[in-house]
Amino acid sequence: MIPAVSIVDVVKHFGSLQALAGVSLDIEQGEFFGLLGPNGAGKTTLISSLAGLIRPDSGTIKVMGHDVIRDFREARRLLGVVPQELVFDPFFNVRETLRIQSGYFGIRKNDDWIDEILEHLDLASKADVNMRRLSGGMKRRVLVAQALVHRPPVIVLDEPTAGVDVELRQGLWQFIRRLNGEGHTIILTTHYLEEAEALCNRIALMKQGRVIALDTTANLMAAHPGASLEQVFVRTMQQ
Amino acid sequence: MIGFLTLFEKEFLRFWKVSFQTVAAPVLTALLYLLIFGHVLDEHVQVHGVRYISFLVPGLVMMQVLQNAFANSSSSLIQAKITGSIVFVLLPPIPYGAFFLAYVLAAVARGLLVGVGVLLATVWFAELKVVAPWWTLVFALFGGGLFAALGMIAGIWSEKFDQLAAFQNFLIMPLTMLSGVFYSIYTLPTFWQGLSHYNPVFYMIDGFRYGFFGVSDVAPETSLAVVVACFAAVSMLTLRLLKRGWKLRG
Ligand SMILES: Nc1ncnc2c1ncn2[C@@H]1O[C@H](COP(=O)(O)OP(=O)(O)OP(=O)(O)O)[C@@H](O)[C@H]1O
Ligand SMILES: [Mg+2]
Repeated sequence: MIPAVSIVDVVKHFGSLQALAGVSLDIEQGEFFGLLGPNGAGKTTLISSLAGLIRPDSGTIKVMGHDVIRDFREARRLLGVVPQELVFDPFFNVRETLRIQSGYFGIRKNDDWIDEILEHLDLASKADVNMRRLSGGMKRRVLVAQALVHRPPVIVLDEPTAGVDVELRQGLWQFIRRLNGEGHTIILTTHYLEEAEALCNRIALMKQGRVIALDTTANLMAAHPGASLEQVFVRTMQQ
Repeated sequence: MIGFLTLFEKEFLRFWKVSFQTVAAPVLTALLYLLIFGHVLDEHVQVHGVRYISFLVPGLVMMQVLQNAFANSSSSLIQAKITGSIVFVLLPPIPYGAFFLAYVLAAVARGLLVGVGVLLATVWFAELKVVAPWWTLVFALFGGGLFAALGMIAGIWSEKFDQLAAFQNFLIMPLTMLSGVFYSIYTLPTFWQGLSHYNPVFYMIDGFRYGFFGVSDVAPETSLAVVVACFAAVSMLTLRLLKRGWKLRG
């Protein structure tokens, strides 16, 4: 089976700063994959390269076998990305935002699926509210919804639970788990390591643009008996 | 195709939802120009045997078509870049050609709406006939398209609003103001007359005006050739920049 995501030797500089120092990584279809690391480790840079938002200096990235630069149309169709920054278009309400996003992916009549997403993200009552009037956590939910409108087989969530209340977190994870159960590949970055421990079957730890540990969650934990993922994280970073 | 239509629709709605500022305001501006210049100069000046106030109207219409086409694509892109919402159009699989067309056509639509608005508002003050309506339409379309494409380049290039303002104040405004909106270039000293021939906007205004009066400084076929060539060149450049992801995909 082709990997959901295949990353080979990806290097990216911002001026003199090396944000990615040669990252190679395969993520299999159906995985719930955790991309962890301290601030500035390069997680978002890697995700942006995957999504075609930035161009790496060298290396290749494929989504389900499609090169993200040469075959960008297919690669982007297969990918749903929740960006880390809380961004929104102030001209539209929630439903308009989701309809427009569907249209960008070539889907015209998508209201059944949009309603379902809104339901799961507890946004149904906000469907007709302008984006400007939503609270921060609700804007975050809309970002998640926007990434799902085209039912992408590979879903990337860059800190989706930052600033989101407990209830939604649980609802969100239930929904994402269901999608994972239906075969969607999930790639998650988060600084809440209990979340990663509970959800991810495999984890990459990044530091200064490199992957310094890559294993199943079970193996990572087994190497440090009795420790939580947070303790494993701290020890690995210190090595 | 759906991706293109959606992006066009979104770009159209973006200005339409605030049409008081994006359409009504420029119409008012043009009307003020007409009242002031028209009132001051109408008694004294005739151009091509046409009363000055009638001569002025097509120039003002075209000037607003161009400036608003530019304003639409440039402000949309820079706003999206600064707020970060540009990711919503960068993540989907929209081909760069469709991306280009959607922004340009929406910007031209705003330019034309403003242009029609100016015409309707000024028709009370000046008698106007339209001798060759197709000429006016063709010049408005290609001129608007050229400025819409320039607006895309400016919006993508600028990182801050003041950079965009500089582009607008030091390039777009002089090009449009010094193009013969307010005068026939043959009333200018020889040197400035010669210089005006290097300003592509001169040909847009002159050709557009030909559609109204059937007389112009330059043959309309020549003007059209210049305008279409400039449009093609700027479009090609914009497409190449989009393909490379210049300033959008770092
Ligand atoms: N557009 C940019 N221009 C310059 N430097 C950048 C840019 N984007 C990221 N960087 C730098 O690259 C490095 C990696 O940043 P990145 O955003 O990928 O980190 P991260 O792992 O996502 O961190 P966080 O957990 O804080 O989100 C950082 O040092 C950052 O300052
Ligand atoms: Mg990040």
